[in-house]
Amino acid sequence: MSEEKKPVQNSSCLSGTGVTKIFGMGKEKTVAVDHVDFQFREGEIVSIVGESGSGKTTLSKMLLGLISVTEGEIYFQGKPRDMKGYHKKKEYWKGIQAIFQDPFSSFNVFYKIDQVLLDCIKMRGGARLPYEKKVEMMTEACSFVNLKFEELTNKYPFELSGGQMQRLMIARIFLLKPAILLADEPTSMIDACSRATILDMLLKLRDETNMTIIFITHDIGLAFYISDSIYIMEHGKFVESGTAEDVILNPKAAYTKRLINDVPKIHEEWDLSTV
Amino acid sequence: MGKTMLEVDHLKTKYITRFGENVFAVDGISLKIEEGKSLGIAGESGCGKSTLALSLMGYYFAPLHYQSGTIKVDGVNITGMKPDEIRKKVLGNEIAYIPQAAMNALNPTQKIISFIEDVIRAHDPGASKKEIYDLARERFEILGLPESVLKKHAVELSGGMRQRTVIAISTILSPKVLIADEPSSALDVTSQKMVIKMLRNLMEKGFIKSMIFITHELPLLYYVTDEIMVMYAGQIVEHATAKEMVFDPLHPYSKGLMGSILVPEKGARDTKLTAIPGTPPNLKNPPKGCRFADRCRYAKPACMLHPIAESRLENGRMYRCYLEEKELREVYQDE
Repeated sequence: MSEEKKPVQNSSCLSGTGVTKIFGMGKEKTVAVDHVDFQFREGEIVSIVGESGSGKTTLSKMLLGLISVTEGEIYFQGKPRDMKGYHKKKEYWKGIQAIFQDPFSSFNVFYKIDQVLLDCIKMRGGARLPYEKKVEMMTEACSFVNLKFEELTNKYPFELSGGQMQRLMIARIFLLKPAILLADEPTSMIDACSRATILDMLLKLRDETNMTIIFITHDIGLAFYISDSIYIMEHGKFVESGTAEDVILNPKAAYTKRLINDVPKIHEEWDLSTV
Repeated sequence: MGKTMLEVDHLKTKYITRFGENVFAVDGISLKIEEGKSLGIAGESGCGKSTLALSLMGYYFAPLHYQSGTIKVDGVNITGMKPDEIRKKVLGNEIAYIPQAAMNALNPTQKIISFIEDVIRAHDPGASKKEIYDLARERFEILGLPESVLKKHAVELSGGMRQRTVIAISTILSPKVLIADEPSSALDVTSQKMVIKMLRNLMEKGFIKSMIFITHELPLLYYVTDEIMVMYAGQIVEHATAKEMVFDPLHPYSKGLMGSILVPEKGARDTKLTAIPGTPPNLKNPPKGCRFADRCRYAKPACMLHPIAESRLENGRMYRCYLEEKELREVYQDE
């Protein structure tokens, strides 16, 4: 499958052909991600939807370069991704960043908040900027996510609430301005009301910086609201993909139909008998 | 009218922080549930939903303390009881509780049947093994759980199955009130649906006489409960039937909450998600007037001055807002 490589379009930010991940070998072999092809364009919001155990997190780890790809090739901005060596990896991570489900475990507990943000500026090559300029940048990033920088300085992560931390993660992304943001269930630990705030911020971020945002989620309602295109994943394979309207309003695969049917709805009848 | 199963009158409970400050997380809540009815409690994180659930059981442990008010379960006041008495007489057979991370609550070294033995023996020390097994098998069959689960350990079950097992165990004594605190929010959609179906099944078969369902997932409340209460900063801001609440919320906060629902339906992409700006007030020193006023789009200077009393509509619907029903409907119309 991986031999016939698809032509990579210019506008494509991240794409892959025949990407596979196999854990273990012999009898114990588990194919977590099974020959998936994808193409994420610049400035697009893409959702990868699937249930627990469908391989979405394994795929996201491969996209981030945290684990190796067993087979297949990932292209970053049109070129095959080169991850050999620490410096190459670090260069790649300037282009792709992630926010995770649990904001509490995403910060170094020994770093004060301003240190966290200063690190981001350093990573963007701003280590030698005058301190006033750095403060200005940090204040701007914090006000982007409706936080006050003055209240955060000299605080440790544990002194913040969950919602504040989640927003601070977005402030970090705002400072780093990567080409791709990978959001792995960023809203599954917060309530519906704060979820709307976070989604608004991500949409604003996309509009301002033309960032590609990849949402990994099991919430199909969320995926439908926010994304331009949706990939549905089952047992390590993409069973359906297309624009959000096509996939959700005209599902073709049986799995997609089941997923949509299992979500409670308001205006349509929710069929409880089919479990 | 059915028999009143749970009646709570102006319940106030507080957390005492290590600096000695009182935080009233449940601040004067009254509610009433009749036999065969279920009540949903919605609200954002930190509004006191889970504290209310703990307080309703009458079982207080530091830093949670009881302040005032009464809780009556089937006519019996449980507020004056000692913790030991509550554990023996009330928990389990009168009130059952499913905590948030229920599926992690099972001891991995015990088989499922031995949990059920523990629960039954705590209230009826003479029950024989066979009786318990037969009761458990029968109950599991009705609830659609395989009998083989009884002989397994918790680690052998999947997350969704574990959650349903916990629900079956905690309702084995057919309690009068079941308090379910986010029973499905850690599960994926299919398991969530199974849990919901099971809770409805329990109600229909009469294994539980009434239910309180706490969640922030509003579409679920619409399917599970008859009435919905919206809670904000320790108080109830609106109490209405499920249908009224979802399609016609009255209080500005409820309206904000309903505006944040995400469903995969036609037209869901066109309606903009409404986020409520700001954060809830600190309950160490709550605002004097309306607690929602500083986040409310329709707030007037008068909202900040005095505590807002509960107002009632003719059909018994309760809301807590300075504005009249007519005024509220007018401001919503103008948008």
